[in-house]
Amino acid sequence: MQFTKKDILDMDSLTADEINLILDTAEHMKEVSQRPIKKVPTLRGKTVVLFFYEPSTRTRVSFDIAAKRLSADCHSISAGTSSIVKGETLVDTAKNLEAMNPDVIIIRHPSAGAPHMLAKKLKASVINAGDGMHAHPTQSLLDLMTVRERKGRIKGQRVAIIGDISHSRVARSNCIGFTKMGASVVLAGPPTMIPMAVETLGVSVTHNIDEAIYGADVIMVLRIQKERQKGFLFSTEREYSRVYGLTNERLKNAREDALIMHPGPINRGVEISSEVADGPYSIILEQVTNGVAVRMALLLLVAGGARNVDAD
Amino acid sequence: MLTLIRGGRVVDPGNLDGVRDILIEDDKIIKIIEIEEDEKSFASGRMGDPREARTEYRPDKIINAFGKIVTPGLIDMHVHLREPGFEYKETIETGCRAAVYGGFTTICCMPNTNPVNDDRQVANYIISQSLRAGMARVLPVGAISKGLRGESLCEYGELKDAGVVAVSEDGLPVMDSLLMRRALEYAKGFGLLVISHCEDLSLAANGVMNEGEVATRLGLAGIPGAVESIMVTRDIALCELTGVPVHIAHVSTIESVNAIRDAKQRGVPVTAETAPHYFSLTEEAVLEYDTHAKMNPPLRSEQDREAIQEGLADGTIDVIATDHAPHSDIEKEVEFDRAANGIIGLETSVSLGLKLVEHGILTLPDLVEKMSTNPSHILGIENGVLSGAQADITVIDLDRAYTVNADNFQSKGRNTPFNGWEMKGKAVLTMVGGKVVFEDM
Repeated sequence: MQFTKKDILDMDSLTADEINLILDTAEHMKEVSQRPIKKVPTLRGKTVVLFFYEPSTRTRVSFDIAAKRLSADCHSISAGTSSIVKGETLVDTAKNLEAMNPDVIIIRHPSAGAPHMLAKKLKASVINAGDGMHAHPTQSLLDLMTVRERKGRIKGQRVAIIGDISHSRVARSNCIGFTKMGASVVLAGPPTMIPMAVETLGVSVTHNIDEAIYGADVIMVLRIQKERQKGFLFSTEREYSRVYGLTNERLKNAREDALIMHPGPINRGVEISSEVADGPYSIILEQVTNGVAVRMALLLLVAGGARNVDAD
Repeated sequence: MLTLIRGGRVVDPGNLDGVRDILIEDDKIIKIIEIEEDEKSFASGRMGDPREARTEYRPDKIINAFGKIVTPGLIDMHVHLREPGFEYKETIETGCRAAVYGGFTTICCMPNTNPVNDDRQVANYIISQSLRAGMARVLPVGAISKGLRGESLCEYGELKDAGVVAVSEDGLPVMDSLLMRRALEYAKGFGLLVISHCEDLSLAANGVMNEGEVATRLGLAGIPGAVESIMVTRDIALCELTGVPVHIAHVSTIESVNAIRDAKQRGVPVTAETAPHYFSLTEEAVLEYDTHAKMNPPLRSEQDREAIQEGLADGTIDVIATDHAPHSDIEKEVEFDRAANGIIGLETSVSLGLKLVEHGILTLPDLVEKMSTNPSHILGIENGVLSGAQADITVIDLDRAYTVNADNFQSKGRNTPFNGWEMKGKAVLTMVGGKVVFEDM
């Protein structure tokens, strides 16, 4: 199968076959990262620009390492150090970047839809590294890879996602990604954190964490951001942790082989207790390892893929 | 100078609906002339050149309106002209030209300019600029509070003397209920209409589009319908409390329509307007993050759109007004959540309204009522095809088919979600004070 997508914008726009191809490719890429000399020449002469309008450590370093392991030249720009602070618009900044002929632009942006806007304007491939509350497709793909690796398949798995679904691009992308691959997804969290009409993404909703955990093969916990107290989404971290926090006590209701995932960074003692985060079923760090593999796979696939000759 | 508008079907709800000749002397209509039976067949084009007839009046100019609709001048009571302060988006001249190209003879411009229209200098300036442009009549809307800050009332007496017809904080709600109450009472003393932009800012929070399935999928912060209806309900309560009429701007939700319908049934003197986009589009237009589908209130669900159409049909919504809101690329060619609210509307409103007629939701007289008769009654201004009245007239060709091309707009704004739409029917002549200011016959 040939991968023909110019851009990786969200999980909606990828087919199940394309997702499988990405995951298969990522498995090969993972092997590269395990060699003593962790570098292949595949993307030598290609230019990758990391364009981060939002603070990020994990995702940015992950993309940076992925590009370098494929021998691409990788340049990183962040909002604080670029002409964005001088008032240049996103489109102008991107067009200026494009004038330097990069092959792939990886963008993280606080505004939902920003990568879509760039993808329409630019000939370079655009990979969405997280846009507002909308999508985080590379995170979803690495989560799919990790589950497939551990469980052998994604189809038929019951995935519980717990936390602030409303503000989570990871949750949105995983709702779409996991259901597309045949898993069932149940969301749990306080009603204040469940977006309206989220069932239309093909998932079910409960406000009781024990109900979500019961029978789940995968339990994915989302970070709780303290600043959401301002929007009255929850009372205190104390109460959140008591009612919705994942603890060993709660895990007694889960399947014995349930996997614990978290997109990071974790708040120990709030949405997840240390004993669970560090416990035998936690695969949080494997997610990070697979993140590099998935991003290598995507760079490889798009940098060899079709070009948008119609972009204006 | 004598002008004869010959043989059009005059649709002036509450006054007349029939084929008439209209004789105009200078700026006034001086005679409405019944057409003889044999002449009526001119309308079907079976007889000769209509210009040969009516020679007894010796008109200097004859406008052949056979087969066309002749209405009292259309009024758009909700327009942003952006001048003074934002001339790069629109000027009074370009806005007025857009108005007459769209068939409007009178427009009301909202006060959120820079400086705000909250004193006589600004109102005078707007009126003098509109007279210099010499196209549509511009009736300024003044601010409810000084600087739109919601802290103290403007001098309504001075505004009224300067030619202001209404007050509104449009773009912003009056969040303070006491201020809203006092504004209604105080405005009554000067015979000024109060137009309310209904939005609960706390509940709207950082929302950028309608809350629901599309917002959830796109990851955009939602604005629930209750943001509007809470304030509509409050303003109805204040209207009942004070007995002073209130006009609700840009109604977009089913809950607002229901609240206004109930209030009207109780005899509350509330009136309401909606904009063409609320009966033409839904939140689905935002898919692909199209900033030309971003406005406040936002495009709503299909259920809301249908409720707006029903509200228009049953008279709950009195007026169609465009909320013409020109912006430049600087505000629209950006990330969706950072894009400015608003779309232009003056040059597409008649055609979109005629789609309601085509689909049997409104009759043609209903549409004229919503775009001319009712606005003039609500604003308390003279308008109509009557002998002795000022000659503000719009001629509409129901059969004119065209494709919307934003590049051809007279407005400086290109921010329309209707670019490329196939339309049938448009204004082909606009006359203000006896002067033809737009003609595309």
